[in-house]
Amino acid sequence: MDRLGNGIAAGRLTPADYETNFADLHPRLDKHEALVAADRCYFCYDAPCMTACPTAIDIPLFIRQISTGNPLGSAKTIFDQNILGGMCARVCPTETLCEQACVRNTAEDRPVEIGKLQRYATDIAMETNRQFYERAASTGKTIAVVGAGPAGLAAAHRLARHGHGVVIFDAREKSGGLNEYGIATYKAVDEFAQREVDYVTAIGGIEIRNGQALGRHFSLSDLGGQYDAIFLGMGLSGVNGLGVEGEDLQGVDDAVDFIAALRQTPDRSVLPIGRRVVVIGGGMTAIDAAIQAKLLGAEEVTICYRRGKDNMNASGYEQDLATANGVIIRHWLAPKRIIADDGHVAGIEVEYTAMRDGRLVGTGETGVIAADQVMKAIGQNFAASGLGSLQFDGGRILVDLEGRTSLEGVWAGGDCVGIGEDLTVTAVAQGRDAAESINRALMAAAQPAMAVA
Amino acid sequence: MADIRNTFVGIKSPNPFWLASAPPTDKAYNVERAFKAGWGGVVWKTLGEEGPPVVNVNGPRYGAIWGADRRLLGLNNIELITDRDLYTNLTEMKQVKKNWPDRAVVASIMVPCEEAAWKAILPLVEETEVDGIELNFGCPHGMSERGMGSAVGQVPEYIEMVVRWCKQYTRMPVITKLTPNISDIRHPARAAKRGGTDAVSLINTISSIVSVDLDSFSPNPSIGGKGSHGGYCGPAVKPIALNMVAEIARDPETYGLPISGIGGVTTWRDAAEFLALGAGNVQVCTAAMTYGFKIVEEMITGLCDWMDAKGHQSLDDITGRAVQNVTDWQYLNLNYIAKAKIDQDLCIKCGRCHIACEDTSHQAITNQVNGIRHFEVMEDECVGCNLCVNVCPVENCITLDALPAGALDERTGKVVDPTYANWTQHPNNPMTRQAAE
Repeated sequence: MDRLGNGIAAGRLTPADYETNFADLHPRLDKHEALVAADRCYFCYDAPCMTACPTAIDIPLFIRQISTGNPLGSAKTIFDQNILGGMCARVCPTETLCEQACVRNTAEDRPVEIGKLQRYATDIAMETNRQFYERAASTGKTIAVVGAGPAGLAAAHRLARHGHGVVIFDAREKSGGLNEYGIATYKAVDEFAQREVDYVTAIGGIEIRNGQALGRHFSLSDLGGQYDAIFLGMGLSGVNGLGVEGEDLQGVDDAVDFIAALRQTPDRSVLPIGRRVVVIGGGMTAIDAAIQAKLLGAEEVTICYRRGKDNMNASGYEQDLATANGVIIRHWLAPKRIIADDGHVAGIEVEYTAMRDGRLVGTGETGVIAADQVMKAIGQNFAASGLGSLQFDGGRILVDLEGRTSLEGVWAGGDCVGIGEDLTVTAVAQGRDAAESINRALMAAAQPAMAVA
Repeated sequence: MADIRNTFVGIKSPNPFWLASAPPTDKAYNVERAFKAGWGGVVWKTLGEEGPPVVNVNGPRYGAIWGADRRLLGLNNIELITDRDLYTNLTEMKQVKKNWPDRAVVASIMVPCEEAAWKAILPLVEETEVDGIELNFGCPHGMSERGMGSAVGQVPEYIEMVVRWCKQYTRMPVITKLTPNISDIRHPARAAKRGGTDAVSLINTISSIVSVDLDSFSPNPSIGGKGSHGGYCGPAVKPIALNMVAEIARDPETYGLPISGIGGVTTWRDAAEFLALGAGNVQVCTAAMTYGFKIVEEMITGLCDWMDAKGHQSLDDITGRAVQNVTDWQYLNLNYIAKAKIDQDLCIKCGRCHIACEDTSHQAITNQVNGIRHFEVMEDECVGCNLCVNVCPVENCITLDALPAGALDERTGKVVDPTYANWTQHPNNPMTRQAAE
């Protein structure tokens, strides 16, 4: 296949191109780079970065530990709050979290490189499989966790630390959830997601059963009788549709499937990609799909987003990364119709949009963008079944701040619940906090009643 | 254009920047390069007596401490005096001086504390036609174990005796280099003056162990697992050196004695500060050993530009200008009242001022106002200690502003008194009470 062939085709690049294009986006800092970066931290009082972190990692402390030559101590500081600190260091939108809060932005418009420093420390600990936690004496309790993604793994680790047994049910073949299937390849190279699953479960007492989908292989009520508590962390499995003509054509794909395929394939040269690709959406998924389409050899990749730049869910950094990779981002365009030629995608008709009286409206003006492939990245939805009488809020599981659902003995966290941003780090925080809540509930129930004199 | 030509104890040089007696001045090759780079003078690496030269260790001679980004802050060395033959050095010195008649070349000397030894070497040095001699009474490592260097510098009587011999046996100007490894720098300086020295130079290096290897438990630099204390120098020692220079400059017994200032001079600013505290010129070593000889260009231009900006025409306009402002604590004005002030536009909200004040000082800086992260000085608690200014990472964000006479000090509830009043006059001073009774 030649590089510029029309249609959707595999093998547009040389083997060397594939290797280069999908290499680690930010190689780990070496020791000297880490020391220089760490030296820039002011060790702020009540540090704003720490407040901005959903898992509240003690960032000034872990950076100070790096600067004093104690990367393992630093890693423990990170893992104390976030056992998936390794992946978060790679995928967190730090530019909208800790690094946005860094006081160095006010001083000189350049924050301390917190994410890279976090990766430096966690990599050192994980490469030597340095385990910092031991299980408490067994409580005899077993908790079912649904979903082996960030929320489920964080919950499982914390529950295991407290001495509980954990059984994780995951619908997919591999554990890790979006860390395994939903992260751009260049952000988590070298099987990092699997290595992290191994690192987290090495504490012991955690059994993972893959290929077990809630609603298909078991229901919530099945678990209720067998386990002392249940944590639901199954994420979002549905993909929002465009609702326009031509959506079923060959060449209209879900961006999440494309991203997953890139992560799972042993050979990227067999993955087909359009010569001209249009990605619909404005979030991280749209960016990840668009950049990787480009890296896979698409000649022309355009993101169409129906609102303006400032409304995009993808951070400014991610937008810049896309444009630096040659992706064109067009705003104020909504999909109107996918144009077919002989049963295949030939283009997309778009309508220009605008804000009128606070509402997004079509202006009536239209245009056509030629495309061989259209990827949908306009969000995901909660599409699980088998949840019985569980209550929902806005299409997601209703929980309180501790992660308790409407059903006694059932907790939930991560993207499947209705609070917090849909981020890995938020899922970790919710899983961890729900585990603490579960532990408190189980331990309180296990206490003998206090004798009143 | 400022004139920075320098005359120190009659020795002329085109600028006040000399290289101190140290590795950079050990041989003609280096000194020639230094002069080409623009250095005003050198004090040649210390000569020992005739005969087999000393030997140095063959392992590491230097250790260091670093600041951010591995900036070298302090250097430590265990090198001895020149390990080259005396006559090799003398021949080279003579040739270099001939090649560079406008630059200062001074011979540093360290021989045993015996009259015959000094009497023997002085004519040999004089024959080279260098401009003067510096007596090395400073080195704290190695040579001191043999009764030389700081072993002499720590005994004022020996200093006076040796200086007297030198003044007796040579016509050359004598600069006495002092060790800081003593309790009161004024005593060796006074002794040197009594012996008739033309000048003192200070400080030599400070006895130090720069670090310990936590794997081998050997001090650094480690010579096969063992270490010995070395001499500490570089930017870290500058404050110690400045104080010692000032103490000699303002001591009535040594007042007016020329001083060559040494100790951590790295930039023109450092040099200007030494001059202001009474030094007639400065000597540099660590900065050159860190960055090479080219740094003198920054020193020369920086000093000239500053002098031009301030209207100082010659070095005489600067030298000693700060000496009269160095005083004893008991004479500081207790009616001078200052309060910290935080410029909210410059504040980056790191909170270091708050936590420093809260944990370790006077609980005078807020961390929140109306529930919002905000750092502000509470004047009714602020004693004006300056800690917040020093820990703030943003220059000029926190300033210490003097309260004008008549203003209310919210901490004490008293009005600022415009009159000068010091501890000697204070009612809480037991000595004052005694005098009153």
